[in-house]
Amino acid sequence: MKCEIRGVVVIGGGPAGLAAALSAVEAGCRDVLLLERDIRLGGILNQCIHDGFGLHAFGEALSGPEYAARYIDRVRTHDIEVRTGSMVLSLSRDRVLEVSSRNGYGTIRADAVVLAMGCRERTREALSIPGARPSGIYTAGAAQNLMNLENILPGRRAVILGSGDIGLIMARRMVLEGASVEGVYEVLPYASGLPRNLRQCLDDYGIPLHLSTTVTEVLGKGRLEGVVVSRVDESRSPIPGTEREVPCDVLLLSVGLIPENELARGCGISLDFRTGGAVVDETFMTDVPGVFACGNALHVHDLVDWVSVEASEAGREAADWAVAFRRGREPEVPVSLPVKAGEGVRYVLPGRLRGGRDAVLSLRVLAPGRDRDVILRVEGRDVLRRTFPRVHPAEMLRLAVPGSDLPPGGVVEVVSS
Amino acid sequence: MSGARLPSHLKFLCVVCPNGCDLVVAVEGTSPPKVLDVTGHRCPRGVDYAVSEVERPLRSIASSVRVRGGEMSLASVRTDRPIPLESVFGVMEEIRRCVAEAPVRIGDVLLENPAGTGCRILATRNVEHLEKRGCQRG
Repeated sequence: MKCEIRGVVVIGGGPAGLAAALSAVEAGCRDVLLLERDIRLGGILNQCIHDGFGLHAFGEALSGPEYAARYIDRVRTHDIEVRTGSMVLSLSRDRVLEVSSRNGYGTIRADAVVLAMGCRERTREALSIPGARPSGIYTAGAAQNLMNLENILPGRRAVILGSGDIGLIMARRMVLEGASVEGVYEVLPYASGLPRNLRQCLDDYGIPLHLSTTVTEVLGKGRLEGVVVSRVDESRSPIPGTEREVPCDVLLLSVGLIPENELARGCGISLDFRTGGAVVDETFMTDVPGVFACGNALHVHDLVDWVSVEASEAGREAADWAVAFRRGREPEVPVSLPVKAGEGVRYVLPGRLRGGRDAVLSLRVLAPGRDRDVILRVEGRDVLRRTFPRVHPAEMLRLAVPGSDLPPGGVVEVVSS
Repeated sequence: MSGARLPSHLKFLCVVCPNGCDLVVAVEGTSPPKVLDVTGHRCPRGVDYAVSEVERPLRSIASSVRVRGGEMSLASVRTDRPIPLESVFGVMEEIRRCVAEAPVRIGDVLLENPAGTGCRILATRNVEHLEKRGCQRG
């Protein structure tokens, strides 16, 4: 079978893939192909009908579909080939993709690849909640899809496990559509959603948030009839004697997102166990030359605006690589050294630094705090130190690092100011 | 509910800037509540935020409107400006009764002045005619 030869191939038509494809073509790559497995572009934004997207990128509060449309309209007017209904089955180290579409099976050889597959939700199975297996248990995103795209209300009386943003937004959505929400239960001693959502999705409608509490049993045969919730101790173990039964007919899980990286794994790309995404350097290139990663497939973001910024950068780098490659030379990959997550840091990106060029560090802290300094330390020297008045694990920190005197590698720490 | 005049304290985070101050707001009365005192803020914007949040909270809301003859059965919508929080359910009721005809374009005004709020309900999704999508499917 004939193998198609292409320039930059972007896998995923959500916010990351759209921005990456646009910047690749704007950076001078004349052969950009965008592959999307759904029947339409936009990814998860299609079901995120609430507003608040684009405050940084456009200076206005857009809904998800509007934010997506801004990029889709630009993709349509640029010279970018879009194939929807096309699912990439595998990626090899020499950048050959196997693709399944309505036209059947095919293979594509890409000069550069951008991984922009997004993420998926953690499920009940990942939490191992004991009890029966009745209907009425959904991930928050699945319920959001049913309500906002299919016009189906998943239940009338809801319990939400986990205080992630999608769960908070769905709590408000259920109440606005006439359902009741008994409460949001969070195993951690602090909420994992954004403060804005806690205020506008829970407080506004009098929905209680129960911290250090989790669902320990599911009740009901056939259909969900209720859950048992228990308080947990510091080690997150349920405390015997604190069990309480909460009647409900729907349980929504908002317990975390996992970058979708089956393709990267199959390709042998090194993954970071903390982010679940690929290990990249400051050009967003993975350890397989010519393969770049961005968006929620790289690490789960708090705001889509940062996904677009990051993906634009990845798309531009992929275009540079592809253009050089097309001129007949495989670009040389400079040496890079690992960047480690030190004290107080859950993860930091990029996982490797070449040094000598401008970079943006993205990181998440381990615990909430006030007046904290983020330090990039290389061989005992503070290369960068920046103070944040407030830090929270729910919010990503981004720091631009000027490249002039940036050495490769380093350790990032978060300490009290 | 009625006639309660005891001062109470509300605690919430200021979301105006990245400082994220923990505000403590002394409040009197219920409908509408009145702010007596604000503490915990680092700048005057915290006071303004606390007063507007307590005395006249404004919110944008999003939902969906049914579409007849479209490739999708719903078009997502939002208010074009923030509305008083107390009007949210009144506006939702009018959105629930609204039905649009395909095609729907982003920015189409599907409702004017719902529940007397003065806002407009804008479509936030393009929904094509059913037939058109049929062709695209190929």
